[in-house]
Amino acid sequence: MRIAVQSQPFELGAETEAFASAASGAGAIVTFTGIVRDTNQRLAAMDIEHYPGMTEKALTSIATEAQARWSLSDVLVIHRHGRLVPGEMIMMVATAAPHRADAFAAAEYLMDYLKSRAPFWKKEIGADGAEWVAAKDSDEAALQRW
Amino acid sequence: MITVLYFAWVRERIGLPRETLQSSATTVAELVAELVAREERYALAFADLAALRVALDQELSSFDAPLAGVREVAFFPPMTGG
Repeated sequence: MRIAVQSQPFELGAETEAFASAASGAGAIVTFTGIVRDTNQRLAAMDIEHYPGMTEKALTSIATEAQARWSLSDVLVIHRHGRLVPGEMIMMVATAAPHRADAFAAAEYLMDYLKSRAPFWKKEIGADGAEWVAAKDSDEAALQRW
Repeated sequence: MITVLYFAWVRERIGLPRETLQSSATTVAELVAELVAREERYALAFADLAALRVALDQELSSFDAPLAGVREVAFFPPMTGG
């Protein structure tokens, strides 16, 4: 398992390659990447604040729980903080498993939990000012299925 | 002494990211009441507890949780990771 909380960008290709070679016995690898989107062309940047110390603990505990629930050979979580601009990659998760069902399910589980149980807060910086992104009820509801 | 941390708009409303204070509070709710009594900016930040989350020593907790042995309390809005 590798958990990385960092301000610097990561290389999706290189990270995926390294993860795949380390998990060479796995039959399936799933990756998910979150990107800063600018739906209405008004977003200048996104500031991501986090709680150093708790962030790493929360991500490790979410990944450990995923490993307990599914048969996984490895898990990778990279999450950035600081100022990002539209188009930049915010985070990625990768799961390696003997079979794809476990790899897909675990990746979805990781995403659902790190959306509302990992201490990150997004603030959108626009032309007309800045606003904290509010948590959605649907994010909380998504945890119910697990 | 207890360290109290604030994140996101809670930090902005209170105007500082962390402080260390002397408190006689035995629960999180009592600590909130002490803070709210101090100054208007705290009252503003803690106006709606349903909009807030609390972590004790970096573990999510609740407002009725006891503070015995806790060194670090953090207040923040619901998280928006991913």
